[in-house]
Amino acid sequence: MSRLAVPKTYKLYIGGKFPRSESGRTYEVVTKKGAFLANAAKASRKDARDAVVAARSAVSGWANATAYNRGQVLYRIAELLEGRRAQFIDEIVQSEAVSTAAATRQVDEAIDRWVWYAGWADKFVQVTGNANPVSGPYFNLSVPEPTGVVAIVAPQDSSLLGFVSVVAPALVAGNTVVVLASERLPLSAITLSEVLATSDVPGGVVNILTGSAAEVAPWLASHADVNALDLTGAGALDWVDLEIAAAETLKRVLRPEGGTDAAAPSLDRITALTETKTVWHTKSLI
Amino acid sequence: MSFLDYAPAPESTAILNLKSDYGLFINGGFVDGHGTPFSTISPATEKTIATIASANDEDVDRAVAAARRAYDNTWSRMSGSDRGKYLFRIARLVQERARELAVAESLDNGKPIKESRDVDVPLVAAWFFYYAGWADKLDYAGAGASPTALGVAGQIIPWNFPLLMLAWKIAPALAAGNTVVLKPAETTPLTALLFAEILQQADLPAGVVNIVTGAGSTGAALVNHPGVNKIAFTGSTNVGRGIAKAIAGSDKRVTLELGGKAANIVFDDAPIDQAIEGIVNGIFFNQGHVCCAGSRLLVQENIHDEVVDRLKERLSTLRLGDPLDKNTDIGAVNSAAQLERIKTLSDIGENEGAERWSADCVIPSEGFWFPPTIFTNVSTSHRIARDEVFGPVLSVLTFRTPAEAIAKANNTPYGLSAGIWSDKGSRILAVADKLRAGVIWANTFNRFDPASPFGGYKESGYGREGGRHGLAAYLKPEGSARAVTASPAADATDSTITTSKEAAK
Repeated sequence: MSRLAVPKTYKLYIGGKFPRSESGRTYEVVTKKGAFLANAAKASRKDARDAVVAARSAVSGWANATAYNRGQVLYRIAELLEGRRAQFIDEIVQSEAVSTAAATRQVDEAIDRWVWYAGWADKFVQVTGNANPVSGPYFNLSVPEPTGVVAIVAPQDSSLLGFVSVVAPALVAGNTVVVLASERLPLSAITLSEVLATSDVPGGVVNILTGSAAEVAPWLASHADVNALDLTGAGALDWVDLEIAAAETLKRVLRPEGGTDAAAPSLDRITALTETKTVWHTKSLI
Repeated sequence: MSFLDYAPAPESTAILNLKSDYGLFINGGFVDGHGTPFSTISPATEKTIATIASANDEDVDRAVAAARRAYDNTWSRMSGSDRGKYLFRIARLVQERARELAVAESLDNGKPIKESRDVDVPLVAAWFFYYAGWADKLDYAGAGASPTALGVAGQIIPWNFPLLMLAWKIAPALAAGNTVVLKPAETTPLTALLFAEILQQADLPAGVVNIVTGAGSTGAALVNHPGVNKIAFTGSTNVGRGIAKAIAGSDKRVTLELGGKAANIVFDDAPIDQAIEGIVNGIFFNQGHVCCAGSRLLVQENIHDEVVDRLKERLSTLRLGDPLDKNTDIGAVNSAAQLERIKTLSDIGENEGAERWSADCVIPSEGFWFPPTIFTNVSTSHRIARDEVFGPVLSVLTFRTPAEAIAKANNTPYGLSAGIWSDKGSRILAVADKLRAGVIWANTFNRFDPASPFGGYKESGYGREGGRHGLAAYLKPEGSARAVTASPAADATDSTITTSKEAAK
């Protein structure tokens, strides 16, 4: 006789904790054929705002960590992901109805991409910063800094790889994030939050919401304490309205991307969520 | 006559050869506009300088079409080195006609001739010279190998540095291979039209730069035109917000350089003589019509009285008057509307309980003028500590610790610039790290250079102008994230980098 399984309760991830939605709502996550998989939390406006508060309070610690430290913390996540490969593969096979081989490819690619971004943490400033030859006795440097709190609509048609492709680059520079996971395929994101909780990422650096992206995204787009809005996975939403809402506080906006290479790994995804700071300092005349 | 009195030394306007009417500059020539023409006046005398054509929607359409033709047929096919040669020519022509441009600028804008002559126009030439050299080196601009231009750039510039803002916009756009439709500010179109004559002298191909004069509706037509690929705007945060909304959902890229409320932080160990000069330069340069002006003075509490006394003493020696007089420190406020705004906000400052002090200077009977003014006893909630006055008005606040200075400095939705005055290098670097502003001047203020990126955090806009970063704002890196704002150092080559698993597939 086979053993009776112990199913997991899938919850939100806010400020390093796993709350249910304050609204008490859940929605059914189903397989491609419609079979029940889980009841995921259906995040509300209040949950989104709590997540922004958590993200904001985590900015200074994460942004001011040394680049070497951020790189190691991010690499550590990849180590833990590797240890949970089987679980991710299993969840992807169930929810995406793909072969084990395809699910394995997705998980491995996600882990490798995470490693690739982790390695950028202590390099992108050198590559994108400048010493500027100004006309005059001044020491003049330009360096990229994190833009702050980034709200992200993750790709909707990918369980893990899409999620990693938008979250990892935002973290590299020292931003904190509030991510709306794929509505239909949220299980990998929630399992990833368990990885994050047991890694060295400070609570609040990554906040993950599941539920209706169409319902929650407008609250994030209009939230005055959000600095940037990554709409990579928002192609099917009324994303123009989101961009208009974001303009009210002049948020940096990344427009939706589709296709197989959506959110392909690039330095540009890191720098798009940074601000260039230029410091002039006088030199004495000797 | 005391030693502080100077005999008038007005710069002659004889060097100018102005026309009484100016048309729009479209496809290499001046043409009539179809909107209602308007006068551009000297804000120092309120006398009309010239009548300027106004571009309506059809005129903007013609200008964009000319820019598109020039892009398709000429500019995008030209070698980078030839594009660069045109820009070098323009830089030289600006230098050759520098005096004329400076006089025209001071006449039309109201800024002191010593500033237009020594700051604005030399920087204009420097900007074209700097970007000229980039035109055939775009592979090294940090936008990946073989980056391409965006197409037609619509550029809208403000009235505070009319010709300099034109240079900030046009030089990188052309170097990157774009063509341009530029709209100067309604109150300061003159030097842009003289610049059009320079383009004719440079024999720049027709349509590569088009200049459409007019009011806000002309700018709106440009922003909303479907044939424009990129919007570059410098001006108020409110208008910038409107532009960001207007282009939502389009493929247009945008850079916005908007308002500011910069903190100028003076620690008690600051070199006080330099700091006083720096504070004055920070807020009274160009009558305070500077988006990055150091309008909030944060002074350490124990030196507050000394700094304020010395500031008042220094301000009493500033000479307000004829912008064309070489001795003038403070010129005319650019327009009646701006003067009204400065007066209104200053009155609000007084009503909210701040203490007002203005330099005792003779205000000319004609024109728009506002004396250098300091508010003390200002609290962070006062509107003069929050709103951009864009005039010669300084709000003084105090702090006790570096942490308090940083908190107060960052307590604003803006994030364009900041100043730090201290003799302690380690403190300057630590404070600079914590300030959320795009440009930070340490023991100096209001320095600009074509090699140095300039632009804001938060609601001061996005994108950078100047340096390699400013060039990236006009280049298209293939396969990059679709950022609305050009990212500072987009690198297209990375999108082709594959992780090991991808490579194995």
